[in-house]
Amino acid sequence: MLTLYGTELSSRLLLGTARYPSPAIMEAAIRASGTGIVTVSLRRETAGGGRGGQFFETIRALGVHVLPNTAGCHTAKEAVLTARMARDLFATDWVKLEVIGHHDTLQPDVFALVEAARELCADGFKVFPYTTADLVVAEKLLEAGCGVLMPWASPIGSARGLVDPASLISMRAHFPDVPLIVDAGLGRPSHAAQAMELGYDAVLLNTAVAGAADPIAMARAFAAAIDAGHEGCRAGLLEPRDMAVPSTPVIGKAVFA
Amino acid sequence: MKLIINGEEQQIEAGTLAALLAALDYEGDWLATAVNGDLVPRAERAQTALNDGDRIEILAPKQGG
Repeated sequence: MLTLYGTELSSRLLLGTARYPSPAIMEAAIRASGTGIVTVSLRRETAGGGRGGQFFETIRALGVHVLPNTAGCHTAKEAVLTARMARDLFATDWVKLEVIGHHDTLQPDVFALVEAARELCADGFKVFPYTTADLVVAEKLLEAGCGVLMPWASPIGSARGLVDPASLISMRAHFPDVPLIVDAGLGRPSHAAQAMELGYDAVLLNTAVAGAADPIAMARAFAAAIDAGHEGCRAGLLEPRDMAVPSTPVIGKAVFA
Repeated sequence: MKLIINGEEQQIEAGTLAALLAALDYEGDWLATAVNGDLVPRAERAQTALNDGDRIEILAPKQGG
């Protein structure tokens, strides 16, 4: 069972709610994925609109935990205010903390991220920081009070998968007791399985499901891949070898010549 | 008075933030508000007086990753 900030979750998938072809497909994909946590955002509401309310009623009806994000924030100040507004609106102290540092790569600004994490943790938030696999940054986030770390696999929405598995392996080894979630850049179920085989506790993704030709089927495929990778890791994976090792016993083999 | 609401300048009379939301037909429970860069919690909107030139953000839940 996955435990994040004291909350037990049966699914190791965290799923985004953006970019689906329709609200109905989003809802069906969330159900098909079996996820217990979905991410949402806060955006400007037009007067007399109420569309944000309709969207959120759909999410609430699913009975999943809501993880508000600070997507699009480029400074610690913006991210902290967005988190506070999200807590007031969603009545949760969970926040997926994003502070974007680069327009092209959507890479986190880790300096502002640590600054915002310190302020929010001190204010009682349970912070899920979107970060890189940098170990020093990870230490600073833990010192700030974060109880979860979410390193990226590759740039958001890029579908490139784990571009630097060595760094993710290193992070797992350095923080054996911290819940680690690979967030961003996964494109295929095999990418999610790979992250889980490395010993990660969960994965967070959005575009890979929402942008698939059939998001509902893809949600099921990711759920299966995550379970397979997690079970495989627990079962103990073989290390690769340079040479062949016959699987069928050689002793007792008939000699015909 | 002049208010900057979600980035757009408007001339509107509203004594409090709650009165402004009502005047602009913002409906429902799913809103979050800030004035001049500070959160105004739902429970404090009726007591939050507005001044000329205030910058107001009115946000709602949206899809996100």
